[in-house]
Amino acid sequence: MDIDPFGNHAKALALRTQRNELLANNLANADTPGYKARDIDFRAAMRAAETGGGTLRMATTDVQHIPASPGRAPGLDPAVAYRVPLQPSVDGNTVEADVEQANYAENVVGYQASLMFINRKIRGLTLAIRGGN
Amino acid sequence: MSLNKVFGIAGSAMAAQSTRLNTTASNLANADSASGDATKVYRARQPVFQSVPDFGAALDNESANFGVRVRGIVESQAPLTQRYQPQHPEADENGNVYVSNVNTVEEMVNMLSASRSYQSSVEIMTTTRDLLAQTLRMGEG
Repeated sequence: MDIDPFGNHAKALALRTQRNELLANNLANADTPGYKARDIDFRAAMRAAETGGGTLRMATTDVQHIPASPGRAPGLDPAVAYRVPLQPSVDGNTVEADVEQANYAENVVGYQASLMFINRKIRGLTLAIRGGN
Repeated sequence: MSLNKVFGIAGSAMAAQSTRLNTTASNLANADSASGDATKVYRARQPVFQSVPDFGAALDNESANFGVRVRGIVESQAPLTQRYQPQHPEADENGNVYVSNVNTVEEMVNMLSASRSYQSSVEIMTTTRDLLAQTLRMGEG
């Protein structure tokens, strides 16, 4: 069976972990002069991870077709970008602690959601393996 | 597993903010110290933070996430207050003493800001620890 039972949640966990690190770094540098807050566009990164990986393969319907390579491993190399501040400060720091904390909370909830999906899937599979016992 | 890196990042922030709290405590303690020699008076000190590695490096994932550090501590160059107190044991020949340039209001604000930043680092650490624990329990429940 070729289908990943956990869907995209494994990739989502990896991306959430990276984002967690970026946001923690932003908050650590909330008082550093000249520091520019950074983040990844989770939606775009997730889409890239979905299409860049081996989940979509090109079908070969003729023996003479050249099999397309599945491409490199899931593209978990998201583009990091600077955040556009709502209120730039005089010392050049663009970290807004409230914005970062809100994003951090959202990211953590997303992480826990993916984790829960994986756990439920595992529970379901275990149930099926045991035949409901 | 880069969740572990967050502990280093939050830890560096806590270390930096506690340095800031230390300088604030030192400034407040010395707010009224005076001397007859203007070069020997306590001057308000402030830490200067720097991201690690220094910002302006390449904008990519791997390199630039190691938190913050204290680059150095600078002394305030604000003018000292001169007071005429001939009975002061430190007074110079004209009866003047120089009082430190610590601004207590500024220091209080600094203290609040530092303790809030410290708290948010602790929160990050706690949350990340919970996430790690949940990840370790994956598939158990």
